[in-house]
Amino acid sequence: MRRYLPFVIIALVALITVGVATAVYRSKMRPAPTASTSSSPVPTVANEVANEKEDESLHARGPRTAPVSMEVYGDFQCPSCAVATAMIDDLQKEYGDKMRVIFHEFPLAMHKHAVAAAMAAEAAGLQGHFWEMHDMLYKYQSVWSRGSAVDAFFAAYAESIGLDAGQFAIDSKSPEVQARVISEGDAGVARGVKNTPTIFINGREVHNGFQRETLKEALDAALAEKKKP
Amino acid sequence: MNAKNRKEPGNGSALSRPRPSRFLYWALAIVALLGLADATFLTVAHLAGDDAVCGSGIGCSTVLGSAYATIRGIPTAAFGAVAYFSVFSLAVLVGFGYAGMRRFLVIVVMLMFTASLYFLYLQAFVLHAFCPFCLFSAALTFLLAGLLLAFPAPR
Repeated sequence: MRRYLPFVIIALVALITVGVATAVYRSKMRPAPTASTSSSPVPTVANEVANEKEDESLHARGPRTAPVSMEVYGDFQCPSCAVATAMIDDLQKEYGDKMRVIFHEFPLAMHKHAVAAAMAAEAAGLQGHFWEMHDMLYKYQSVWSRGSAVDAFFAAYAESIGLDAGQFAIDSKSPEVQARVISEGDAGVARGVKNTPTIFINGREVHNGFQRETLKEALDAALAEKKKP
Repeated sequence: MNAKNRKEPGNGSALSRPRPSRFLYWALAIVALLGLADATFLTVAHLAGDDAVCGSGIGCSTVLGSAYATIRGIPTAAFGAVAYFSVFSLAVLVGFGYAGMRRFLVIVVMLMFTASLYFLYLQAFVLHAFCPFCLFSAALTFLLAGLLLAFPAPR
């Protein structure tokens, strides 16, 4: 029996490692919004760019006629999303009218304040200032994400971008806004989104999308494809 | 039951040689387990797209989101996990009397040591950013190498 003991120990460690890793992986892959709440009265956001029907409620930056549409599934508390957002902003300046960016909420369960941040952005969106709040949340991510009472931060950001503070306070807690966040998360899950940032360019997922070179290559390829007769 | 009197599995010619201290190999196994946990955690975080491990450290995200974080699409941390598991397995085997495995243990640890130096260089001079979990892994590898060097196999 002792002869086999080292092999038993090694096999046990291997099994425990694989088991724990699988369990942790599964728990991390679960987005905050759950499918069970998707039967909310708020309609699901149409997020398929291939579908030509443009949804007015989409958060989009750049001309509708842009040959390249970049869809970003993001979580405001995800550090990689903040890094990716800075790169995407640079790329949008570089590509100008050739590129359109569409943002979808995908708050992950592992980020404590992600849903609250998404709701703050959506509440700002109701007053026509989604992108300003989006930029503030990513810019000051390292500040508010450390705090416990994030509402005060969001209220300050809302005030600084000129929102109606009272309306923002109501909207950022409203069931309708929550339903929209949930709906976007569910739509992302249905589309195969598992983590953030997940980026689609003209409907095609870009793997390792938080790397500038990868994004640039995908953008150039999409542009070249569009130019083909 | 006494391992000293037991014929060494797979290496009959080494019977006359005294076995290296068991304590060293259990220490190596424990350090390797810590490294395995660290590397597995980073691998899972990478696969799940979870950079919360970085906290709010953008430098950490820069490292874990860099081109060096994957090798042909496989998270670099996964190679680390395999390496630490190999060290653990080899250390356990040597600890149980399979003295012939020590040479493989030394080879794996030296490879890891070289890789750790390279990753430290990348973080310091190429990425200009550090990932605490990667630094912890490098420290564990240096500790493994140090233990092996400090306690060479008795002749």
